[in-house]
Amino acid sequence: MSPSVPLQEMIRAIRSARTQCEERGVIQRECAAIRAQFRQADNEGRSHNLAKLLYVHMLGYPAHFGQMECVRMIASPRYSEKRVGYLGAMMLLDEKQDASLLITNSIKNDLSHSSQFVQSLALCTLACMGSAEMCRDLAPEIDKLLRSSNSYIKKKAALCAVHIVRKVNELGELFAPAARSLLSEKNHGVLHGAVVLITELCERSPETLERFRKSVPELVHIMKGLVLSGYSPEHDVAGISDPFLQVRILRLLRILGHNNEVASDAMNDLLAQVATNTDSTKTAGNAVLYETVLTVLDIKSESGLRVLAVNILGRFLLNNDRNIRYIAMTSLQKIVGTDHIAVQRHRGTIVDCLKDPDASVKRRALELSLALVSASNIRSMMKELLNFLSTCPLELRAQAASGIFAAAERYSPSQRWHIDTILHVLTTAGGDVRDETVPNLIQLITTASELHCYTVHKLYRALLQDISQQPLVQVACWCIGEYGDLLLKGDCQEIEPVQVNENDVLDALETVLQSHMSSPTTRGFALTATMKLSTRITENVDRIRSIVSIYGSCIDLELQQRAVEYNALFKKYDHMRAAVLERMPIMEKNSTGQTNGETTGELVKEVQPVKVIQGQPPTQPPASQVCDLLDLLGDSNDSGKPSSSSAQSSNNTSSPGGDLLDLLGGLDLMPPTPVPTIPVYEKNGVNLTLSCQKQSETSLIVTLTASNSTDADITTFTLQAAVPKSVQLLMKAPSGDHLPACGTVKVTQVVVLNNPNKVNLKMRIRVSFTSQGVAFQDTVQVDSLPECR
Amino acid sequence: LTHLMRFLLLFSRQGKLRLQKWFTPLTDREKKKVIRDMMMMVLARPPRTCNFLQWRDLKIVYKRYASLYFCTGLEDQDNELLTLEVLHRYVELLDKYFGNVCELDIIFNFEKAYFILDEFLMGGEILETSRMAVAGSLEEADTLQEVKDQTVYYSVPQY
Repeated sequence: MSPSVPLQEMIRAIRSARTQCEERGVIQRECAAIRAQFRQADNEGRSHNLAKLLYVHMLGYPAHFGQMECVRMIASPRYSEKRVGYLGAMMLLDEKQDASLLITNSIKNDLSHSSQFVQSLALCTLACMGSAEMCRDLAPEIDKLLRSSNSYIKKKAALCAVHIVRKVNELGELFAPAARSLLSEKNHGVLHGAVVLITELCERSPETLERFRKSVPELVHIMKGLVLSGYSPEHDVAGISDPFLQVRILRLLRILGHNNEVASDAMNDLLAQVATNTDSTKTAGNAVLYETVLTVLDIKSESGLRVLAVNILGRFLLNNDRNIRYIAMTSLQKIVGTDHIAVQRHRGTIVDCLKDPDASVKRRALELSLALVSASNIRSMMKELLNFLSTCPLELRAQAASGIFAAAERYSPSQRWHIDTILHVLTTAGGDVRDETVPNLIQLITTASELHCYTVHKLYRALLQDISQQPLVQVACWCIGEYGDLLLKGDCQEIEPVQVNENDVLDALETVLQSHMSSPTTRGFALTATMKLSTRITENVDRIRSIVSIYGSCIDLELQQRAVEYNALFKKYDHMRAAVLERMPIMEKNSTGQTNGETTGELVKEVQPVKVIQGQPPTQPPASQVCDLLDLLGDSNDSGKPSSSSAQSSNNTSSPGGDLLDLLGGLDLMPPTPVPTIPVYEKNGVNLTLSCQKQSETSLIVTLTASNSTDADITTFTLQAAVPKSVQLLMKAPSGDHLPACGTVKVTQVVVLNNPNKVNLKMRIRVSFTSQGVAFQDTVQVDSLPECR
Repeated sequence: LTHLMRFLLLFSRQGKLRLQKWFTPLTDREKKKVIRDMMMMVLARPPRTCNFLQWRDLKIVYKRYASLYFCTGLEDQDNELLTLEVLHRYVELLDKYFGNVCELDIIFNFEKAYFILDEFLMGGEILETSRMAVAGSLEEADTLQEVKDQTVYYSVPQY
């Protein structure tokens, strides 16, 4: 076993290792020696051994065998050993280790040691890794030390108290009085600690906050002293007297003045003074100014002061120092909602920051610019943003693109501008846009009917230029397919006329179909567009026929299926082809802006009649759903029309978009067959019957039908239902709530049940209604639902 | 609510860690992740960019001094400009103590770097704002150590 070497020699040895392997060897040897030394009872070089171990730990090697040594060293009477022992404790022990509890007693003893440096070690360690338990144990000691006459100890006790309060909230009460009296200290270290402690207490307890509001004048006084004091070599930083303390006081003032008129008034003058007098040439001064601005903006300040603060931020924006520009924008971002006009004044500078070479600054500028877009500046702002999009770093493109879309949607001055903007984004950053951009753009295009000709021409040209940007290509294909006739006509006011002939168009689509850059979805678009053109062109229909038949043996399953269907459309169903492929009507904008398939409806167990699952008119992302057009071979909704227009059934029942309904497999499409009905309730003139229809192994549709057998009308008729816990229930909207006399019209309500655990289905139904001015309410239990096929 | 420095790291351009101070309890694994991420992010920064970064929910402030990067993570409330001053103050304190401090000083006397830090910051907050006060306490503590030690091992840095 090699003799233990002094710390620095070991470090030298490790550093001179030429390979990782060699280093590991040295360290293994050293650790073995250290271990051996630890085992020896008394040892001159104990602190060096532990220090060596700590060095090894910092390199990333395991060192837990040193934990107990730390505990022993801390208990040593030698200062040097205590020092390293406590350091070791801070590095190797944290509150999660059991060993940390073992040092509680040592800490306790050392807190009342005769040497302030030993006390200091204990305080430091407690503040670093003290667990909640240790904190509770030692809090009274700390409170005592807060009242000591020794400044060195007081300042450390203050920050130790901060840690304790962070660990054990309730102990804040204990320290409040001592904290208050520390404010009259002259020593900056103690004062700083006191301010930090008070800040912590106020943030955690509204009552304490209330009490410390009374200290605002005192704090203002201290702050004034700092600002107006002459040069003090001890505390000066670049001409500012103790900027660290100034910033902490400002932050405390912010908390005390927030939402409180009186406190805010008391600090108004001071803040104005600091804002105007602080030297802003160096970072220290700017740090103070920054904190002042944050405080002014967060309290109930006078409007003049507020303007002053925003102007300081405006000046920051023009500062040469990037750091300052960055934090200016961060702050402006926070107030762009509340002080919009004030921030707008600096729009020019902010937009310039989009060109800053620093990525962090660019990001801030982008966020802020997007927040500043308004109806009045949309055109100029969009120019800048589109410019930015073409040159910005990759990681910002998605954010920029979606921000531009949102802004365009809210403020576009015209539909043509809107379409142009989106096209521009797709050409520049097509790869970074979200999926719903394609259906959104298509929907937008359909609504701009006067612009169909313009749009299809533009897109066609874009397609000729570049077929790599998938979203762009998809939209272009869709438009060409849909508006191909307009494209071929050639005359369009908004754009210089160019003669396009049928073969050119088919060439373009075929290029997309064959290109390896096209994704499967894109190819699907292209194939469908080609097919649609068969009713819009006159001469080259055979070419289309052959394209379509080629793809009938395509390896891609989706394309193959489409091609086969289109082939069938040419052959067996040619009589339907024109109707199937005719122009689509304008698509209604999906108001929630959600992608198809999501619902806001929750599954409901015991329930009031559930209203709409926010109706998702299936504004289909045309991608695969354009294909639904051709589901005519199956059992689709309406032949030839997209499902959007059929969505609004009179019941306002949601279309098969609900998650629950997906479970039940699109049940709406199944035609009802005669089912057994049982009477459930016959009282007070109301006849309620129930029938069931099984949908699948676990799901069931229950139809409740009510009629009125009396001579008087029944109104406000509502049904509520409850089922066993494991069963999921969904009540659809009833057909109405009015039961006219003599059963002329019935009210039906459908209840959908999902019974995954296949428990015995029972249902409790509550009937409520009004008849002849009298309100009725009744409950009936159905213990087993009729056998369903 | 709590606003404090979460950690302070010193590392070299080659990605060697020279000092790590953690102001919140983290597991070893979490610490390693933070160190890795910080090094990756900071070392990748081109020159003449600003000293602030965003990482998860923290603001990262870093500054390069010669061959060492000083890097800290702040909570949202904190004043980044002041933090730059805090980092600078620590470097000044090291410089005063070691006399023209360089990375080697911090390597061979790492425990001193910690002792100095512990006289300046505590629990992620500033403990003493006066340079002279910190220097004075360190001197006194070192004297105390020497007096009580029989043999003097590392009062003078030797390479």
